[in-house]
Amino acid sequence: MKWETVIGLEVHIQLKTKSKIFSGASTTFGADPNTQACLIDLGYPGVLPVLNKEAVNMAIKFGLATFGSIQKRSIFARKNYFYPDLPKGYQISQNEFPIIGEGGYLEIESDNHLPKKVRIRRAHLEEDAGKSLHEDFHGMTGLDFNRAGVPLLEIVSEPDMRSAKETVAYLKSLHTLVRYLDICDANMQEGSFRCDVNVSVRPEGETVLGTRTEIKNLNSFRFVEKAILYEVQRQINCIESGHSVTQQTMLYDVNKNETRPMRIKETLEDYRYFAEPDLLPLVLTDEMISKIQKTLPELPHQKQKRFINNYGLPDYDAKILVTDQDISHYFEEVVKNSSAEPKLIANWIIGDLSGFLNRHKLTIQQSPISPKELSVLMDRIQDKTISGKIAKEIFEAMWHKEGSADMIIEKKGLKQITNLSEIEEIVRKVLQDHPTEVTKYRSGQERLLGFFVGEVMKATKGKANPKLVNEILLKTVRTGRDLSL
Amino acid sequence: MHKKTIAELANDLKNKKISAVELTQHFIDRIKKLDTKLNAFITLAEEKALKDAKRADEMIGNGKATALTGIPIAHKDLFCTQNIKTTAGSKILSNFIPPYDATVVKKLDQAGTILLGKTNCDEFAMGSSNKTSFYGRVNNPWDVNTVPGGSSGGSAAAVAARMLKGATGTDTGGSIRQPAALSGITGIKPTYGRVSRYGIVALGSSLDQAGILTPTAEDAALLLEAISGFDEKDSTSVDQPVPHYYAHLNDSVKGLRIGLPKECFTKDLDAEIANSVYQGAKVLEKLGATLHDISLPRSQLGIPIYYVIMPAECSSNLARYDGVRFGYRCENPKDLNDLYERTRSEGFGDEVKHRIMIGTYVLSASYYDAYYKKAQQLRRLIYDDYQNAFKEVDIILYPTSPSVAFKHGEKENRISMYLADIFTVTLNLAGLPGISIPSGFKNGLPIGLQLIGNHFEETKLLNVAHQYQKATDWHTQIPKGFE
Repeated sequence: MKWETVIGLEVHIQLKTKSKIFSGASTTFGADPNTQACLIDLGYPGVLPVLNKEAVNMAIKFGLATFGSIQKRSIFARKNYFYPDLPKGYQISQNEFPIIGEGGYLEIESDNHLPKKVRIRRAHLEEDAGKSLHEDFHGMTGLDFNRAGVPLLEIVSEPDMRSAKETVAYLKSLHTLVRYLDICDANMQEGSFRCDVNVSVRPEGETVLGTRTEIKNLNSFRFVEKAILYEVQRQINCIESGHSVTQQTMLYDVNKNETRPMRIKETLEDYRYFAEPDLLPLVLTDEMISKIQKTLPELPHQKQKRFINNYGLPDYDAKILVTDQDISHYFEEVVKNSSAEPKLIANWIIGDLSGFLNRHKLTIQQSPISPKELSVLMDRIQDKTISGKIAKEIFEAMWHKEGSADMIIEKKGLKQITNLSEIEEIVRKVLQDHPTEVTKYRSGQERLLGFFVGEVMKATKGKANPKLVNEILLKTVRTGRDLSL
Repeated sequence: MHKKTIAELANDLKNKKISAVELTQHFIDRIKKLDTKLNAFITLAEEKALKDAKRADEMIGNGKATALTGIPIAHKDLFCTQNIKTTAGSKILSNFIPPYDATVVKKLDQAGTILLGKTNCDEFAMGSSNKTSFYGRVNNPWDVNTVPGGSSGGSAAAVAARMLKGATGTDTGGSIRQPAALSGITGIKPTYGRVSRYGIVALGSSLDQAGILTPTAEDAALLLEAISGFDEKDSTSVDQPVPHYYAHLNDSVKGLRIGLPKECFTKDLDAEIANSVYQGAKVLEKLGATLHDISLPRSQLGIPIYYVIMPAECSSNLARYDGVRFGYRCENPKDLNDLYERTRSEGFGDEVKHRIMIGTYVLSASYYDAYYKKAQQLRRLIYDDYQNAFKEVDIILYPTSPSVAFKHGEKENRISMYLADIFTVTLNLAGLPGISIPSGFKNGLPIGLQLIGNHFEETKLLNVAHQYQKATDWHTQIPKGFE
């Protein structure tokens, strides 16, 4: 039987506000335990929450960017449950009336390479809980409340994804978007971008959803993909061997590459939601929304389109360049300062520059070569001062801060030889030194052309203009014309 | 000294007839002598009080005194006071010393009042007799065999016994007005949102409101003005200017339309209480007000609605008392569930557990629609009833409590205790202000008359109450043994 995979996602993004969602405490990541938890975060008797407007603005930004319906009136609700890292015994969240209602979507590339809309069911504001630390406490549990009260936007998709690949495409698209919007650091390792994956399978053609499991503890795109692949196969095996899938929460074990049920016995949780009486309903006006609309940056899909139209880039290049806003800025800086073809610039950024950055674990903002510096190098390729091959050598020298492109060309004498007679002279010498090869070539072994080109380049330390070398060789080696052989 | 009004004392302080230190010492001495009969205080803050009194004298000396500088007061033990134990009447907070002051506490402190101590109350303000306090019952100074009312019973008894000039209270379903009535004093619960709830241990967040208990409406006007106002730390507090209540105390009540709801004056009502309250209305009529029969047709729904919403909110509000971060923690918990179970079952009293269970039940998925949701819908009708009434009248008048102070141990049946709130809970459900003032006695025990205004009509309530008190002397009577 052929099986279809159905996946929906709940993504929690930590909003990049300076202070917490209901208190003035700082949200900086990595501080000493409990140094960023005030009485409100700790749920002391008598304290009350006050909503952080910046978190609201960020939620609106997200709603606008995904074309969701921004609710003029949304309501905070208490989600009641006991856990030591949940200070008040309830989490302030939104239940029936979220700030972003249905209608929104993100566009991804589907498995058959067509554009596909993944619908977003809702997005709501809530507070994060603290962290329980189980190591180093001698059988006890340590509690760090620094994270308690950090604002979260929970983004719930419809079960619109049909494979691990589509899921990762959605996550990457979301990841790029929230960074463009500057509402989230989206650092999966630090937990500022967390996803729970709901997976089920069903026979192809079936319209009813199968029983789903929820996979937690996924902190990289790679693990998301691997966990889904494993879990899908596990569910199929389960059904094909005559069992049924149990609705449960699974944890992904990175080391064993497997999913397994969470050890904690799950009882049916009744969260006893009710409207948070300490906060008024959140009312938004058209003015507030349109004010935020004006602050929206160019979004990834818009930029991608512009790169294709304005710079004549292929889809693939445009997509890669816009994935990281900083890279796209870098690209445009180089284009602005250079007369080289945008496609050439894109190649260099996607190829050599990205390669160097990755190897040295640097972001593009930390690149030792500035956009302006790179644009000079691009110009020298364009105006044929240097060949592409020599450019790589210069690039490496620039990376090591040996100077500007022009300085390095000058210093190392790497300027391309484009003088016709100069090249002819060298060609003549090469042919004279290799009479056997010349004879062979003339008797039909034409692939020896490459050998001659190589010899010429060797003699010029790669500086000869390859196009000219080719032309001259083709003209001369066959006939010996213009050569005193 | 303890019989003078706040205004008179402020004048004496200003004119150096007496110092704040002397005044404070006088009241501390009274508390030490008299409170053994009442148990109105959980904590006395003698040292701090005398230190603050010195500061008050300096303020007076520098000409920086407010109308309240040097005036001895106390806070119900539900208000967080920095470095002073705050128990909420519960064992679970028996070791809790707040690291911060409630907004009300801060405001009165800035005005220069002298905090003498923390008053006893029902555990987490759950009760109408003060019997649920972990720190022992409070006795009513009019008859120590009777209750002072609750939950602000300690504040009420302390004011009635003139152990201080005024005390704060909180009122979720009548907890200021009912003990004020039973103890023969004045108690005002302002409009929901008028006073910041920040720093007050929460019971029912959508119902809780802080207020003032004093011998007179005139004293209440000064204290209420000081604690009122918007607080950015409480999102439900309302950003509206605070009127100068004191300046309007002597406004004329001529033409004031007073409504008497027929649902409150039925044959079931105690005849003496009915008569006392009705005579009170006649006093105001003599002063120029007009009396009108009105109807609050759905007022009988108040108790059932209240006893769904309040426990629901409290069950959630009290979840934070888990033994993890502060307060009482059971000994040697063997695991997490044991920590929760024993901390909470050892730390909470019966009434608290009862309400947490009811609240948890009415919020549970299967019963939410039938109870909590329905109660919220009906709550709106109570509000509508009052708004309809206020189209015809300016204020509404009826008794504060269906009975005078009852004996300790009476009303052991929970339902009969809950019915003690029958005349008070509807105001909390509608967010309206109300004031209880003494209007007579039955068998030597005080009767309370309640005036209800529309939202933010505290000025009018205090004005009418003051005019009533100028025409009567019930409020000047002091229980025997406490003169």
